Amino acid sequence: MIGIGRTRVPLRGFYVAMLLLLYLPIGLLFVFSFNAATTLSFPLTSFTTDWYASVLGNGPMLAAARNSLLIGVASASVATAIGALVALAVLRFNFRGRRLLLALAGLPLLVPYVVLGVAFFLLFVTLDVPRSLLTVIVGHTVVAVPFATLILLARMSGLDPALEDAAMDLGASYPVALRRVVLPLTGPSLLAAWLTCFIVSFDEIALAIFLVGGDPTFPVFLYGQLRFAQRLPVLIAGAVLLMLGTIALTLIITRLRGRED
Amino acid sequence: MVGRRGLLKFVAGPPFLVLAAFLLVPLVLIAAFSFRAGSGALGPTDPWVPTVEQYAEALGTPAFMRRLGLSIVTAALVAGLATVLAYPVAYFLTFRAGSRAPLYLTLLLIPFAVSYLLRVMAWKVMLGPEGGINSLLSAVGLTEEPLQLLLYSRPAVIITLVYIWIPFAALPIYAAMQRIERHQLEAAADLGAGPWARFWRVTVPLSLPGTLVTFFMVFIPTIGEYVTPDLVGGTDGSMYGNIIQGFFTRSANWPMGAAMAMIMLVLTLVVVVVALRIIDLRRVTA
Repeated sequence: MIGIGRTRVPLRGFYVAMLLLLYLPIGLLFVFSFNAATTLSFPLTSFTTDWYASVLGNGPMLAAARNSLLIGVASASVATAIGALVALAVLRFNFRGRRLLLALAGLPLLVPYVVLGVAFFLLFVTLDVPRSLLTVIVGHTVVAVPFATLILLARMSGLDPALEDAAMDLGASYPVALRRVVLPLTGPSLLAAWLTCFIVSFDEIALAIFLVGGDPTFPVFLYGQLRFAQRLPVLIAGAVLLMLGTIALTLIITRLRGRED
Repeated sequence: MVGRRGLLKFVAGPPFLVLAAFLLVPLVLIAAFSFRAGSGALGPTDPWVPTVEQYAEALGTPAFMRRLGLSIVTAALVAGLATVLAYPVAYFLTFRAGSRAPLYLTLLLIPFAVSYLLRVMAWKVMLGPEGGINSLLSAVGLTEEPLQLLLYSRPAVIITLVYIWIPFAALPIYAAMQRIERHQLEAAADLGAGPWARFWRVTVPLSLPGTLVTFFMVFIPTIGEYVTPDLVGGTDGSMYGNIIQGFFTRSANWPMGAAMAMIMLVLTLVVVVVALRIIDLRRVTA
């Protein structure tokens, strides 16, 4: 804004203070993950990478991470497909259940996870399906659908339907028009939606607690181990390693979505 | 739109079926279980005797209703604090950060990508008897004994949850502020409005929809929280969600748990309806 005055509120200072507040607690954990003592307290003793080394030898932890990876990939794939279909149906078709479909796709955002957890728990009890990785995939797919839908609605509402009409005028069937015209134009958003759903699933715990069987997800595993104080440094080291992965994914999503605007 | 109509069932059909089967049916099942007589882990093959006794007991147990009230207050405090703290951040990103705004936004969002449990643990460490805050206080010489009050309390739950939500809370406000036309602010200036008058009479009203979205998008998940209270709340900070979860784990009582979950669901949907009344969604998504 040129030419009009500003208040003298130190907004930059406030922003910097907020960032410090956000990074300080995580940074502290990071520091403790290299500290040789098992209790997380000052003063620091000596530097060690032992905790990170023992993550690699911790079978159950690695198995839990693998479970979470598998659940994330499966639920992100299904949720992104559903989100794409909802966006397409809502933007390109006029039908009676249009608003209902949109409301259903957004509903998981409006229900506390403890209620959804109870709902899925009772569903699988009623169907007599034993709880396993598959039941977690179902739950995570449903809660990821709103994220995929919102991202893809935002992208596809900016696409002119005339592009598909032109392709069809030139002889393409609608599925071919979707594949050859719409898919290339929405590709980065589809990837951003997929990665967002993956992160939602990978980090989710409140639903997973209701849905896991004998094989825990990574967050459920961490949660179960937290009561053993002496294992805390190893848990933190494991979580820090996975954190680096999710931060990388977040940076990719930001870039993908920024490029299309 | 020739050539499309026949495909509607393939486009809208699958999401409808999936969401009906795995979202609507499960929610209806909560209602079904909540109107059953008896207690314990009552499976689908056990007798179904219709009754409202679960609701009578849930609503008639002062300890439960007190927890519900405390959870509403906690969620409102967390949502309110997160919104108030995120507002100046969003304002800075929109009006002061200039071309560096994307970088500053990314820096803000990175902590949101850090695992939820890790962020809760971080505060468990910060607030613990030998943790960051106590070490700092004793290092400076302010306290001799560590403060035991910090961890395992309701303030600990509130601090941790506000911390978790701040990065997200800035997003809807930022989106709303970005849509404010600069010439509206210039027009206000031309008409003699100073910086504060412009802020209160132009920026605040125009960013209000996004601000309310932030409030409700934090309030709804927070009211059902049970993981954070379990880790840092102790008995004092335990919430309504902990009681619900308890009925499906420690002391299995599914009909009672279902009734308690139903009460929370209805309450949340009432909040959503009220929110949709206040917020003009077209102004948020336009």
